[in-house]
Amino acid sequence: MPDQVYLAATSVTTQRTLTLTLFVILVGVTLGITIWASRQNRTAADFYAGGRSFSGFQNGMAIGGDYMSAASFLGIAGIIALNGYDGFLYSIGFLVAWLVALLLVAELMRNSGRYTMADVLAFRMRQAPVRTAGSISTIIVSIFYLLAQMVGAGALVALLLGIKAGDTFMGMSAETAKIVTIALIGVLMIVYVTVGGMKGTTYVQIVKAFMLMIGALVLTLLVLAHYKFNLSSLLGEAAAKSGRNPTDAFLEPGLRYGREFAGNATATLVSKLDLISLGLALVLGTAGLPHILIRFYTVPNAKAARKSVVWAIGLIGVFYLMTLALGFGAAALVGRQAIVAQDAAGNTAAPQLAQELGKRYLGGDFGGSLLLAIIAAVAFATILAVVAGLTLASSSSLAHDLYANVIKRGQTDERQEVVVARYSAFVIGAVAIVLGIVARNLNVAFLVALAFAIAASANLPAILFSLFWKRFNTRGATWGIYAGLISAVGVVLLSPISWGGVSDARTPATLTASQAKDCGVAQTSKEVSNATALFSCTTAAPIPLENPGLISIPLGFIFAAIGAMTSKERDPDKYSELEARSMTGAGAH
Amino acid sequence: MSTETPASEEIGENRYVAVARTPEFDALRSTLRKFVFPVSAAFLIWYALYVLLSAYARDFMSTKVVGHINVALIFGLLQFVSTFLIAWLYARYAERRIDPLADDLRAKIEGAPAAGTAAAAATEGEGDA
Repeated sequence: MPDQVYLAATSVTTQRTLTLTLFVILVGVTLGITIWASRQNRTAADFYAGGRSFSGFQNGMAIGGDYMSAASFLGIAGIIALNGYDGFLYSIGFLVAWLVALLLVAELMRNSGRYTMADVLAFRMRQAPVRTAGSISTIIVSIFYLLAQMVGAGALVALLLGIKAGDTFMGMSAETAKIVTIALIGVLMIVYVTVGGMKGTTYVQIVKAFMLMIGALVLTLLVLAHYKFNLSSLLGEAAAKSGRNPTDAFLEPGLRYGREFAGNATATLVSKLDLISLGLALVLGTAGLPHILIRFYTVPNAKAARKSVVWAIGLIGVFYLMTLALGFGAAALVGRQAIVAQDAAGNTAAPQLAQELGKRYLGGDFGGSLLLAIIAAVAFATILAVVAGLTLASSSSLAHDLYANVIKRGQTDERQEVVVARYSAFVIGAVAIVLGIVARNLNVAFLVALAFAIAASANLPAILFSLFWKRFNTRGATWGIYAGLISAVGVVLLSPISWGGVSDARTPATLTASQAKDCGVAQTSKEVSNATALFSCTTAAPIPLENPGLISIPLGFIFAAIGAMTSKERDPDKYSELEARSMTGAGAH
Repeated sequence: MSTETPASEEIGENRYVAVARTPEFDALRSTLRKFVFPVSAAFLIWYALYVLLSAYARDFMSTKVVGHINVALIFGLLQFVSTFLIAWLYARYAERRIDPLADDLRAKIEGAPAAGTAAAAATEGEGDA
């Protein structure tokens, strides 16, 4: 066994007590905020847009809270801890993407929309088809993203409470604990959204962003102080303990993405194309994520929307810089062996680092338990804030786009619409809980990248063409959205994520005993490339790419353009009105 | 009442269209576009260069610069620097060049600005430094 066992048996009780106490405090505080916010939650603008009363700074924090998911906090730190430099590729895509939002989308969208993404798309088009398409895309992106967060949370909380397979805690096995966690998170997000609306959700996100930044800052400073603020020696030790040969490969791109397979040109090419495909989806996806876009409506005007994005870029950028220290710090101080022993994907690298640093610098085992519990609470807050944002985005779209503007053709009053939005949050939350429990043992990490790819392929072309292209029209918007959506999902259904067999482009994987059993092959079998494939481990995927962006993003843009060109619908006056509204803010809500 | 753009009923849609076809509005549009289009193209190319070098120029990226710090790390950090820099430059450009034009045209569309709106806008401006 490695010398740093994550949870020494003696400290398990202390650990669980501390972690649970902090979880309870966190839940209490966020529910308190939600109830307090609900007292100012009267009109539709309050429910959907927090009364448009947040300042640029507050909204910048909330955007950070909405955006920095458990996938980016725990996931990126884990990828860096296990695969070194390649985790950084992810952070950079996630950050640079904000410039698309800042320069091309945020202010124009704030000025011309009201509550949802489809408000802007439908501005000068036929309402029913465009809102239906926008709403379907919003709900699918949000549900996929939500599912990834909830399933991740189930596994994570079981790990953070130290419940291993075969072990029980308060009468729960690890499996039961996962189910309970998913249900609990689902219930909490329903409460935040139905009771607190956008205002409550925003405050939860602000609190989370604050906790996350402080938590990451403390760990970063401890790691850097340990290496006397010498980045090079941190990197050197991380590489030395990475178990890579040569060790410096850990500090270079290529261990996880864009890999080179000696003597296999096809596999190398596909892996490089996959890297480019991922990069494309990351950088173009953010400005098409509905739960991010609706945050621009929570500020009074476009100038505040601009300020909020500038603040968000600052926060998110600093945060991703800190994940470098966390990831490399975990590699150097916790070590690969101990991280993989806890979670093969590395998701517990940051919490394990916290425990190690606490032990060294905050007085032994108790200090370790305390810092671990704090970081666990930060991770929990992170999940809660993100799932609340996603639930709000999808229920807003269901109520405002589908119910009020498609089914009721705009003939409904605002009070009724908000009632429907609250019921929608219930339905979305219930669906997410059920799906999360069903999928709890599937490998759903790909859903985050898929959500980004759909956002970039379906939503972004329609948004950009709506705002900047006079000729754009209803057919362009619907064709673009459906083509982007169907091709992104379709590619994944034909990809190695679904079909795990070996092919020219996919090399055999080393299997564990349980993977071989699940796939029904011998452990020495060379037929399996991806043992966690959704449909089959041994059938080869027709499309070897794991990330659909390279195919689906161009298709989204092309179909949007072809749809617009082949339709005779044009309304130059309405486009002039949209331009005047979006650029001057006149008549903005 | 429809949930669609009710404000247009108060102001009259033709005022938007009329203002959108003035030379002043053309100036606003081109002031905005001449910044955001080229800069968007520039940062996307700069990012693409980084991704392509990570995929295809491994030897160059793994060149050591100081101690264990290599070109790949510096290139990655430069992406952060360029993102922060562009955000700051855009905020400054928008405040100096775009906002005054937009505010004038907005007042033109909405008629004389109501005292309340102007005051609210002023407080919002001070809120964030």
